Amino acid sequence: MGPTTTVKLYTQRMQRGIWPYIVCILHVLIGTAWVYSNPRSIIAFLVLISSFASLYYFQTAPGFKFAVGAVVALVIMPVLGVRNIFYLEVIFQISVFAALALGLNIVVGFAGLLDLGYVAFYAVGAYMWAFFGSQQFYVLPYAPGSQPAHLPFLLPGDFFYLFIFLAIGAAALMGILLGLPVLRVRGDYLAIVTLGFGELIRVLANNLDKPLNFTNGPQGITPIQRPSMPPQIVDGFNLIFARLIGHAADVAALYNVMFYLLALVIILVIVVVTRRLEDSKIGRAWAAIREDETAAIANGVPLVKMKLAAFAAGASFAGAMGALLSASRTFVSPESFSFMQSIGVLTMVILGGQGSIPGVILGAATVTILNLQVLQGISLYLSQLRQSDAVIPIINFAWKNLSTQLDPAKYQRLLFGTILIVMMIFRPGGMIPAKRRQRELETEYTPGED
Amino acid sequence: MSKRWFVVFSVLIVASLAFTACAPAPSSGGTSGKTVIKIATQSPLSGDMSVVGVDIKNGAALALTQLGGPLKDMGFDVQLAPFDDMGNPDTGVANSKQIVADPSILCVVGHYNSGVQIPSSENYHSAGLANVSPANTNPKVTTRGYSEVNRIVGRDDVQGVVGADFAATQGKKSVFVIHDKTAYGQGIAEFFQKEAQAKGMTVAGFEGTEEKANFDSLITPILAANPDVVYFGGMYSQSAVLFKQARDRGYKGMFLSDDGFDSSDAAKIAGQSLLDGTGTYYSTVSGPASVYPDTAKFITDFKAAYGSDPQPFAAQGYDSMGICLKGIETAAKAANGEVPARSAVTEAIRALKDYKGITGTFTFNSIGDVTTAKYFVIQVVSPDPAKWSSNTITQTLDIAPPAP
Amino acid sequence: MRRFFKNFTMVELLRPLGQMAVFAIGSAAILSAVALGLALLLNNTAAGQQVAKDMGVSLFTYVLVNLPQVLLDGLTIGFVYAAVALGYTMVYGVLQFINFAHSEIFAIGAFVGVELLIAFQGYGLLNNASVLMDYAFLLIALVLCMAAAGGVATLVERVAYRPLRHAPRLVPLISAIGVSFFLQDAIRLTESLTTGQFNRIFPTFGNFDQRIVLANLPMGRTTIVLSIAIKSLIVIVAAVFMLIALNYFVNATKSGRAIRAVAQDQATASLMGVNVNRIISMTFLVGGALGGAAGLMFAMKFTRIDAFVGFYPGLKAFTAAVLGGIGNMTGALLGGIVLGMLETFAGTYLSIFTNGALGTEYKDIFAFAILILVLIFRPNGLLGENVSQKA
Repeated sequence: MGPTTTVKLYTQRMQRGIWPYIVCILHVLIGTAWVYSNPRSIIAFLVLISSFASLYYFQTAPGFKFAVGAVVALVIMPVLGVRNIFYLEVIFQISVFAALALGLNIVVGFAGLLDLGYVAFYAVGAYMWAFFGSQQFYVLPYAPGSQPAHLPFLLPGDFFYLFIFLAIGAAALMGILLGLPVLRVRGDYLAIVTLGFGELIRVLANNLDKPLNFTNGPQGITPIQRPSMPPQIVDGFNLIFARLIGHAADVAALYNVMFYLLALVIILVIVVVTRRLEDSKIGRAWAAIREDETAAIANGVPLVKMKLAAFAAGASFAGAMGALLSASRTFVSPESFSFMQSIGVLTMVILGGQGSIPGVILGAATVTILNLQVLQGISLYLSQLRQSDAVIPIINFAWKNLSTQLDPAKYQRLLFGTILIVMMIFRPGGMIPAKRRQRELETEYTPGED
Repeated sequence: MSKRWFVVFSVLIVASLAFTACAPAPSSGGTSGKTVIKIATQSPLSGDMSVVGVDIKNGAALALTQLGGPLKDMGFDVQLAPFDDMGNPDTGVANSKQIVADPSILCVVGHYNSGVQIPSSENYHSAGLANVSPANTNPKVTTRGYSEVNRIVGRDDVQGVVGADFAATQGKKSVFVIHDKTAYGQGIAEFFQKEAQAKGMTVAGFEGTEEKANFDSLITPILAANPDVVYFGGMYSQSAVLFKQARDRGYKGMFLSDDGFDSSDAAKIAGQSLLDGTGTYYSTVSGPASVYPDTAKFITDFKAAYGSDPQPFAAQGYDSMGICLKGIETAAKAANGEVPARSAVTEAIRALKDYKGITGTFTFNSIGDVTTAKYFVIQVVSPDPAKWSSNTITQTLDIAPPAP
Repeated sequence: MRRFFKNFTMVELLRPLGQMAVFAIGSAAILSAVALGLALLLNNTAAGQQVAKDMGVSLFTYVLVNLPQVLLDGLTIGFVYAAVALGYTMVYGVLQFINFAHSEIFAIGAFVGVELLIAFQGYGLLNNASVLMDYAFLLIALVLCMAAAGGVATLVERVAYRPLRHAPRLVPLISAIGVSFFLQDAIRLTESLTTGQFNRIFPTFGNFDQRIVLANLPMGRTTIVLSIAIKSLIVIVAAVFMLIALNYFVNATKSGRAIRAVAQDQATASLMGVNVNRIISMTFLVGGALGGAAGLMFAMKFTRIDAFVGFYPGLKAFTAAVLGGIGNMTGALLGGIVLGMLETFAGTYLSIFTNGALGTEYKDIFAFAILILVLIFRPNGLLGENVSQKA
């Protein structure tokens, strides 16, 4: 009785009046100060990035949430990110994967269609800009690796902005072309067909180096152009922030900031679009299809049309992110579009909560941070321990003898697999279940029965 | 908003604050009081390429324990920082930024995939951090002209040529070229084909395949064409299986492959098939143990340390680490025993003269290729995997990379 | 025994054999006709001239002479696919659920079998054994690997699928994908901790590698030897035997009847006194055992395995199951044979037909392209309408 009451009291107190505002601001400030003073501490960074969760959970005015969130995302993150470009990369990848996961969420979470080849659309966007934004057009007649040096570029880098839109269109078209034949089949068939399609696109990217060299095969296309960065922006940024950062930012770092901001813009668009769609006629049709196809047809929902819409919408966002990826990396190769990537994005959606926008973003952040920071961090730590003379006290086990086979970074698949199984069994709604989903789950289906 | 989650969340914040207040972050270095210098490795430690990636890391780790003495004597604590690039450009690039952001890292050994090395090394370049590549043979790795990027392996456009020249000197007239559809295997195979045609050989077929088991549909055209030589650009795990199946089906000619074939597992897979017909040969930059006693010692030490035979590129991982250590040592001496700047290490590595490693003697040219690489064409002489190291050299060639 | 013959005659027991012959000959005839027709068409194009220049024979002759070997190879790999597809189709027939982890059950079978044989070899049992003993050891490994694979499949069902049985359709599928990834790394972890090896090699023993020469066919400057390896024969015989046994089990035993009952209607079956959970476990056990056996056959035929060995054969076997009509045992067999042959045809002839523009690297795409095409034109598969024999 005791602890429960305390918790209850604490909960009520913290959620009322001025307290939640204080907590949120404190959280942001502590995180910022900490990362600023320890630019390489992983935990400090985690505290800072978790301030978004604080903003989400504590009851504050929407305007306040939005303003603080914008300051953190648009000012604090980039500035601290330029101080330590690894964090900029982490938040960039979080935003890329969040955008991908949000796109997949439309397909899986809203319409209930399991797409296991989602990266195929990502690849379409990436290869589109890679082809037009590089020298590849002039490499067409040459076998990979044998082209002459110093070929011209086909299009100037600023065409990139146009190609974001073209990539959206191309990916949506691919989605429709694939969807037309396969969307009539049942859900679990669809999963395998999309898996096959994903592999098909990867194999094509790997093999379209003859008879004409479109993709440069396994060697990949590089260099790919970026949009121009006027020197005024670099100077302007340094004028304001150079002191805070401690050194002048170079063009490479500002490109990272730019692509991060672009990814944020795309995320914003996806969030707005999905929110609008969710409560529209289309969104309700999706929900109906997801819950019961037969009933949906009986009620006059145009099944194939609605499924196509979901497929195309999801695909188009992946296309945009693909174009962004190829420009930010200046390199694409088929290795980036493996089945593992599709599963990674699916894991984010499942972990966060199908159909739940904050959930999916949280899922993307969690998996990316796990992948890039936590697992690698633990592995590095273990490797340091192994090189030291440290001994685990009680059982008298020297770290040196710990097998290198046990490095957690090696078992990414094991982790993804476990996440998928455990979430499905114990929390099918995800970390932050969608509101509509939550109601359904509470009433209809109790996990773990039998 | 669920109360349970709210409580869990608050507890998490408090716990993480408490945890960080007490425990130092893992990256804050050793406790020995010595100045820490780290050398990073980047290779795939997970996924299906991990078999080679892990041994690149292990090779480098072995070099650190065996060759790290001089730096230890100068009062440095030299540590290995192994990163897993998963064979994935995204992860490799993210790691490279983490590496660049850690000022105690002075050199990077990596990567395995050229597709990961090329985008990642953009970051090493902008940070002035030295990178020694143990395995990337794609010409683009060095032709970008970065002063930070060096490699100790031959280029695709050299190794393919070595193989074709060898076939020509053996009087072979026709060849069937196969590769594994990776940047590495295909790169070599393309140049092999080009050189073979230039030497007047007939190229009876040029095929790529990602297949790892069932080569039946590839062997039928090979037998129909009945070439003097079957060339495979890629790794032993595919080529040995293909060679065995082709021999079983009655192919009598010569098998020829590249340094990806140099593993005793090849004999384990294909056994006697490698010796039948006109035999099996492979080109490599690392001489066999019988000629290079250091290599034999490496294999013994490696086995003692990690319990299995080194995979291809493990020895290159060892040498890359050796070069890093040597470069840091030179730069540290020049800096009067202080921790050298990254730029100094970069310059010192590029300026190394005749570094004697276990896979060759290395001097880098202006773009980071080895000036003259010694290439060996080696014949498999025993079906017994344990006798892999007694394979004999058939031909030795000194070849300079194409002019930068 | 009398009851068995009342319901199930010898004719029915051997019916799959007849079906197999029909499928194999039928698909071989159709594909051969297509290939020969294409060859005739292309005889005078650049592709034909290239062959004439390189080999000294016309394209048509080239295709014709190589055809028997292509058919044999296609049939062998087709039977491997069919054996794996049986596992998918059994589980699907009963639960309407794609057991995505079946490809890892296949890999586990391969690993257990190969490890056992390597252990036998380590004890020196395989070195000087007589031919009969070689086959006995292979059989022991086969039985044990089937037991292990079946056991793991049952365990997986108990842990990861049973709690989700009444959940929406996609939930257990996602869990199955999770299991698949989990098992891949679990195999790798076990192997790297125990043996430190990544590749495992099927030991060389017995006369499995020998080949029986069937004919010598002269072609231009060379002679094509038509032959089949003893191990390919073993693969085919084992797959045929498995199919007959499964057919018997499902159609003539009490447990089989219970399986069919659960497949038709779980609730009614349970009212009739069928223990549904037990029957579903049994389905996984049998399906897993078949997958494990296929794994060992695969390892024997192709020598080298690693922890990720199951993925592609699994995907293709699933394609085969869908091609034939998933849930239908005969369909799995037909799908496997057709897919295996088609793939071998594509791998062998694509390069020569297109004069090098496309090659054997597109072999794998064929499986997926076919999958998509089948679902467009015959969503229920080639034998989809025949639901009576649902296993």
